[in-house]
Amino acid sequence: MKLFPIKGGIHPDYRKELTSEKAIVALPLPHLLYLPLQQHMGAAASNTVDAGDLVKKGQILARAQGAVSAAVHAPTSGKVLSIVELPAPHPSGLPQLTIVLEADGKDEWAELPAAIDDPFAASAQAIRERVAASGIVGMGGATFPSAVKLGLGNQYKLDILLLNGAECEPYLTCDDRVMREYAAEVVDGARIMAHALGAPKVVIAIEANKPQAITAVTAAAAATPNVEVASVPVQYPMGAERHLTQAVTGRETPARKLTADVGVVVHNVATARAVHHAVRFGRPLLSRVVTVSGNAVAEPKNIEVPLGTRVSELLAYCGGITGAKRVLSGGPMMGQPLPNLEVPVVKGTSGILALTGTETNERATQPCIRCGTCVTICPCGLVPVEMASYIRHERLEDAAKIGLLDCVSCGSCSYICPSYIPLAHFFNYAKGRLNALDRERRKMEQTKALVEAHNARLERLAQAKREAAARAKAQQSETTDANKANA
Amino acid sequence: MSTVIEKAAPFTHAPTSVQRTMTLVLAALVPATAFDIWLFGWPALFMFVLTIGFCLGLEALCLHLTHKPLQPTLFDGSAALTGWLLAMSLPPWAPWWLCLIAALFAICLAKHVFGGLGQNVFNPAMVGRVAVLVSFPLQMTAWIKPNAAPGFADSLAITFGHFSGLDTVSAASALGYVKTELSKGVPVSQSMAEFANHFSLVDMLTGSHPGSFGETSAVLILLGGLVLLYKRVISWHIPVAVLGTLFALGTVFSALDPARFTSGTFQLVSGATFLGAFFIATDYVTSPVSKQGQLVYGFGIGFLTWVIRTFAGYPEGMAFAVLLMNALTPIIDTHVRPRAFGRTRKGEPLTLTKGEK
Repeated sequence: MKLFPIKGGIHPDYRKELTSEKAIVALPLPHLLYLPLQQHMGAAASNTVDAGDLVKKGQILARAQGAVSAAVHAPTSGKVLSIVELPAPHPSGLPQLTIVLEADGKDEWAELPAAIDDPFAASAQAIRERVAASGIVGMGGATFPSAVKLGLGNQYKLDILLLNGAECEPYLTCDDRVMREYAAEVVDGARIMAHALGAPKVVIAIEANKPQAITAVTAAAAATPNVEVASVPVQYPMGAERHLTQAVTGRETPARKLTADVGVVVHNVATARAVHHAVRFGRPLLSRVVTVSGNAVAEPKNIEVPLGTRVSELLAYCGGITGAKRVLSGGPMMGQPLPNLEVPVVKGTSGILALTGTETNERATQPCIRCGTCVTICPCGLVPVEMASYIRHERLEDAAKIGLLDCVSCGSCSYICPSYIPLAHFFNYAKGRLNALDRERRKMEQTKALVEAHNARLERLAQAKREAAARAKAQQSETTDANKANA
Repeated sequence: MSTVIEKAAPFTHAPTSVQRTMTLVLAALVPATAFDIWLFGWPALFMFVLTIGFCLGLEALCLHLTHKPLQPTLFDGSAALTGWLLAMSLPPWAPWWLCLIAALFAICLAKHVFGGLGQNVFNPAMVGRVAVLVSFPLQMTAWIKPNAAPGFADSLAITFGHFSGLDTVSAASALGYVKTELSKGVPVSQSMAEFANHFSLVDMLTGSHPGSFGETSAVLILLGGLVLLYKRVISWHIPVAVLGTLFALGTVFSALDPARFTSGTFQLVSGATFLGAFFIATDYVTSPVSKQGQLVYGFGIGFLTWVIRTFAGYPEGMAFAVLLMNALTPIIDTHVRPRAFGRTRKGEPLTLTKGEK
């Protein structure tokens, strides 16, 4: 398959060998599961159960709310102990509503929706509804509700569903293992998604450092001529949506547009597998494969983990951690540090990494020597050194003018900087600030509009009063005149 | 486990550092330096050690005066590199006071007045060189004939005392000779031939000809430059733009009027061309950050060097050209940027060609 070069990027030490040969094992069912109502982008789900309710495996616990949201289901049967605010699996550790489920150990299934026997005869709408009902979100880590993304076929003419098996983050091997062990499920899920999108072709893109996955998926796709496998170069951030689209199709997504604008929709391979389960068996998203890795972990593993399992239990299953400098959710390039180990595994948790100081290689920041490496490697063609110097002086608008909002936060610049300047951190800060300022400005404008409307109304009232008074006066004087005339 | 997280992703880092970069550059300079010390004897070694010593001492002093920690910048090799490059641009037998004055200009005025490492607009080594060149033209153009090899005691006198026999061992550099002859009315083609009688093209390349400390070993400097390219400390953009421009201008104009203009090859092998193209112009702090900008910058240096060598009063123009282009670097950086993903060169989003329904 003809490929196209992408600009910039880095070649970090991948360290995938820690877990790449470890087959997926199922985690023994934990006693307690902690299921946040918000495990996705968009609005939090709203709970349909209450403390004390008995639930079965696969039963809905919280319904999607609004256009962009996702349902939450019970990963096992048991009793809802409480619905309380607990720290989120996010660096902030801010409290969020979480359903605490006590497993009864029976793992009894609820009555599931019927399997869609021939999904290719079913309507796109029916597939999307099933995906939405199953609570599936983008499992590469972005956690955007998949059903919404599968609706892009309504607005755009799509010709390719690009299945993202690049897995360009170091350490992570969960997608690699899923492709190797469940290739047929991934291919089937992808075909169903392509059907829902109205895209005639599926391309499964896998980085060349996963030859077994490429072989397995190629074999699984052999019978379906419209499914192709592309072995893409090993280059971080190959798995970024726009960059993968460019590498595979040569189409460059215009700034502030979607890949759908160039006819491509990108979904993760694990998402395709979840869609397969939802459509073929009616099973909602209850678990996911998580890579537990890093040199601080005694026995790194790939584990099929019920959603809601606490990170501490997952690490205990891997023999515990020693000498960890950082514990992250996700990969080392874009992952999030965890506020503590009692937070749960959620739908977007692709990995739990416990890294030693040698692996993180953190050093004190030194002055920038303007070496320009960040400019050379920026996959978005930006000038990180200049944006950072604007942001340092709180000149956020100037930073935005030279492309801050085009930054995908891949972290390549921070990774490569010889002065160890946390460039990506600067950009995330500035993007957050600009967002907040924008919200504030819109709020001010709204307030202003309201005040103006209010003033206009008062003015209209006053005007009406004045007119009435004038009319009354005119009438009065008319009467007086008439009286005078009469007199 | 702490709940305060003071760092965001990424949580891995390339095995790079400022120190590693500087060390590589210093290592790439070693062969040429060692050869030059052998070529010019003890006084050259004294000059070399003194210049670096002064630069490090003044760096420490400036850091102390500005209440900055000594740790990173004094030992990361950046001050040593400035001193080393400054030494390469001084005459091999420069006396101690010349080294000190050049170091004062380089470290204190060009670097620390602007805010220290990474903040300087002008290349410190070139500021140091130009300051002493315009102030002490006699000492700065006392080019020593190679292999003069004085004894140790004489050498001490050359560096620290008064040495009267300088005229007997000095000679004009190639560029200087051609320029002087031209001003006397001797055509360039003739003076170049005359110079070639004493020093062949091979001499020019290997370095057995008069010139400043680092000008004299083009091949070894080129070798060091290639090592930097191979190690990816520098990219090809600046050296190729500088050398290409210089060679092209020399070739074209000498073809048009050989009596007035020196050839492209002569432009390349004489003076500080290789040192300038690979080690001076590529200074990170004072050159543009984008590859496109670096091409513009390199072209400017090549062009200005040729103009100064050909038309101006000084025989060698590399240092001036670098400083002039340093001044333009912020402007180049503002106007020459890489094309952002999904945008045109002007920064507008690309227009859609397909996919709309």
